[in-house]
Amino acid sequence: MPYVRTIPRVRWFFRHPRYVRYMTREVTCLFIGAYTLLMVWGLRELSQGPDAWRAFLECLASPASIVFHVLALMFALYHSVTWFNLTPKALPVQRGEDFIPDGVISGAHYAVWALLSLAILVLAGAF
Amino acid sequence: METVRTDVAIVGAGGAGLRAAIALAQADPQLKIALISKVYPMRSHTCAAEGGAAGVIKPDDSLEHHFNDTVGGGDWLCDQDAVDYLVQEAPKELIQLEHWGCPWSREPDGSVAVRPFGGMKKQRTWFAADKSGFHILHTLFQTSLQFRSIERYDEFYATDLLIDEGRCQGLTAIEMRSGQMRRFQARAVIIAGGGAGRMFPFTTNGAIKTGDGMALAYRAGVPLKDMEFVQYHPTGLPSTGTLLTEACRGEGGVLLNKDGRRFLQDYGMGPETPIGKPVLKTMELGPRDRVSQAFWQEQKKGKMVSTQWGDAMLLDMRHLGEKKINERLPLVRDMSISYMGVDPVTDPVPVRPVVHYMMGGIHTDIRAATPLAGLFAAGECACVSINGANRLGSNSLTELLVFGRRAALSAIEHLQTNPRAGNDSAIGALADAAQARIRALFQRSDGKESVAGLRREMMQTMEQHAGIYRSGAGLVEACRKLGELRRRYGAVVLTDKTNVYNTDLLQVLELGSMLDCAEAVTASGLAREESRGAHQRLDFTTRDDAKFLKHSLAWYSRAEPPRIDYRDVVITKSQPGVRDYSGAHE
Amino acid sequence: MSERQVELEVLRYNPETDQEPRFQRYSVTCREEWVVLDALNHVKENVDPTLSYRWSCHMAVCGSCGMMIDGEPKLACKTFLRDYPGVIRVEPLAHFPIERDLVTVIDDFMAKLARVKPYLIPKEPAPADGSEYRQTPAELKKFKQFTLCINCMLCYAACPEYGLIPQFIGPAAISLAHRYNQDSRDGGRAERQEEIAATEGVWECSFTGACSEVCPEHVDPAAALQQVKIKSTVDWYKKHLMPWAKE
Repeated sequence: MPYVRTIPRVRWFFRHPRYVRYMTREVTCLFIGAYTLLMVWGLRELSQGPDAWRAFLECLASPASIVFHVLALMFALYHSVTWFNLTPKALPVQRGEDFIPDGVISGAHYAVWALLSLAILVLAGAF
Repeated sequence: METVRTDVAIVGAGGAGLRAAIALAQADPQLKIALISKVYPMRSHTCAAEGGAAGVIKPDDSLEHHFNDTVGGGDWLCDQDAVDYLVQEAPKELIQLEHWGCPWSREPDGSVAVRPFGGMKKQRTWFAADKSGFHILHTLFQTSLQFRSIERYDEFYATDLLIDEGRCQGLTAIEMRSGQMRRFQARAVIIAGGGAGRMFPFTTNGAIKTGDGMALAYRAGVPLKDMEFVQYHPTGLPSTGTLLTEACRGEGGVLLNKDGRRFLQDYGMGPETPIGKPVLKTMELGPRDRVSQAFWQEQKKGKMVSTQWGDAMLLDMRHLGEKKINERLPLVRDMSISYMGVDPVTDPVPVRPVVHYMMGGIHTDIRAATPLAGLFAAGECACVSINGANRLGSNSLTELLVFGRRAALSAIEHLQTNPRAGNDSAIGALADAAQARIRALFQRSDGKESVAGLRREMMQTMEQHAGIYRSGAGLVEACRKLGELRRRYGAVVLTDKTNVYNTDLLQVLELGSMLDCAEAVTASGLAREESRGAHQRLDFTTRDDAKFLKHSLAWYSRAEPPRIDYRDVVITKSQPGVRDYSGAHE
Repeated sequence: MSERQVELEVLRYNPETDQEPRFQRYSVTCREEWVVLDALNHVKENVDPTLSYRWSCHMAVCGSCGMMIDGEPKLACKTFLRDYPGVIRVEPLAHFPIERDLVTVIDDFMAKLARVKPYLIPKEPAPADGSEYRQTPAELKKFKQFTLCINCMLCYAACPEYGLIPQFIGPAAISLAHRYNQDSRDGGRAERQEEIAATEGVWECSFTGACSEVCPEHVDPAAALQQVKIKSTVDWYKKHLMPWAKE
């Protein structure tokens, strides 16, 4: 009888560094989801008046919140970088005989990202 | 023993076997077809062919040109009616492949592109980058998947043909995964099992090229024809023996000795043509036998480059440029870098002649039929003969298609005139005998021969005495040695006596096939006292049309060397002439 | 001629004598430019003829010799000993049942290959004059890289989805379907969608990308699968939002 090797259903991704990287990428969604909830909570506090809003801002300044924000930013960056690098695979563009190099397509994404980030920072009064 | 009842059984699922299966399925969807192979079809050695398949399509080309190139290239040992058939069917078969989706390389206007190839006066080699055989094989395999009437028996090793009432009635084969033998009862059998280059130590051939198909027919009483003609491909990698396609030279690559001289001009293939502008049918585009022979001669003069794997010449493709190499020779570049550590874009690649193809094989007529009723053969295992004493590159892939289909049509004709099923009990007894023979190997425990040891001795013998240049004394010794090895083979013992996927058993049986084929090679070579095409004798250096414008036939004998006989060559339009590959010929 | 002593740790399994696989160590003298396949052949010829494995071409085009080498799916004929200084662990290709030693059962792969209708379903009948379909170099390049698959199954061994969800049709099979979908001569995309746009088809893929990382022929199956996903999604929207539009 042929022998079937079993795969550990939960810990399979420890078997190889590339699987760890993959799970990290997938786990970023938890942080992004959490941050979205945070923003919804913030909007709610804003709608409750200046005292509620001030309390919310104080929470945001707490050490735990800072740690969370740093982690969330790191994961969001990882999410975006992996996404931009993989996009050319899903959307190849052929001009004439050759395909536009992957770097150009990801590069365009990074460029747009940088511009949008700059625009938002300006609107938020950072400059 | 489990029995499979089918109409046609095909042994071998490479280009020829798959083409035959598809032709049968298309001709009659009611036909039951058993496609039997010792490997999964994608592994067949057709996948390693690189350069392309020849077929006339350009307006400046003609069937007559293709015919003349082939017949001259074969040193007039080709059967000219068969060559006529080949060149005529070639374009249709190649177009059919295109209709089945083969990704042939194209001209800018969308038509199929062709490239120059050795020994051909005009460009007529259809190609798919430098993986033509790979793409042809996969196109055929994938196309075959749409026909439900093709039943595949993957990893079944065929051991014996079942012959009763003077007809071939099927075969026995071992199912590798269980070790069980199965009887295939069929009214027609097509053998497409490939060549036997693994009898030599240094070859482009993969592990599976052990002449099993040839041996099957040979032992059943069908003669092997022209076995002495073994082709050396001039440009194999010295480290692994694997192939760098002739297309390297077709695209403009040149061959240099250690002084940087394009030495082929000193061996009747000059004058030197401008670098990067190859002239067809001369210099590096001369035929394979002449180029390999030139290497041997130049090596004798000490003009070859010395590498850690022996002497080599240099294949210089630098002038082609990176873009062209990446587009047309990507596999070549990858292999040179991986296995030789040399990038053809920046450096010349050391290469040397390696055994590549067997012109000889199972004797068939122009209809791909052997003398044994119900048995047909096509591809490298067969000898029609369209390749004669030396094959032109890119004719073989075409041959697979043309004669794969032809074998199928002949099998159908045979079925129509032989509707009777065979005698079950008689055939059953034959199958039992085949099984007993194999089981006896498992029972043997006191032999002292190892399969690896015998195989090594066989390879050494072939390398030393049946190489590019042979001598009478050498061939006599080779015949003697192979006879001895065949006797000693009777004492080979299996180290692995289990049943599931026993590759020790497989290698023992493959060795048996190789020894039988090797004996046919050396005996035929000894008897042919002339030099023609790929068979070069140091003691008989010229071509002798008076005595040897004939095909050799080797007849199997269990305990004795093969009996050698002759058969006339079919000459129609082209009388034997001089093979002129010097620039002066046009 | 430089030599090296190489230690191989090979997973053995014989269903007739073993309950489960076990490792066997071989110590062989190898030439420095050898690949793992050369070392295995050396073992089989000189040390242990009972070792079973598949191989043929020794030039990475037949796809026979896929195996796990130090836990990574590789072709044994293109894995150079010089890149492995320590003991080399050799196991059969992951995610396939073991038939014997390094030989796996690939029935599942063969069945899946056939299911996706990997043959040309012509868009138009062949030219009446018996000539070829016209296809420009640009049209050829559109699908060319997906024709390069040698069916070695390294991608299946790397794909965690296939490992956990064996019904998944898998990278190579879907890439082959995509190869035909992208071929300008083909009109069979709708027919293939039934298999490849199903749950066990492309939607089981989570773009891990391991398949493309291990593919020895640079087919980039991950790219093929994402492209199939996008096309399937567009199909779905067209069908539901613009039912009047023809496919």
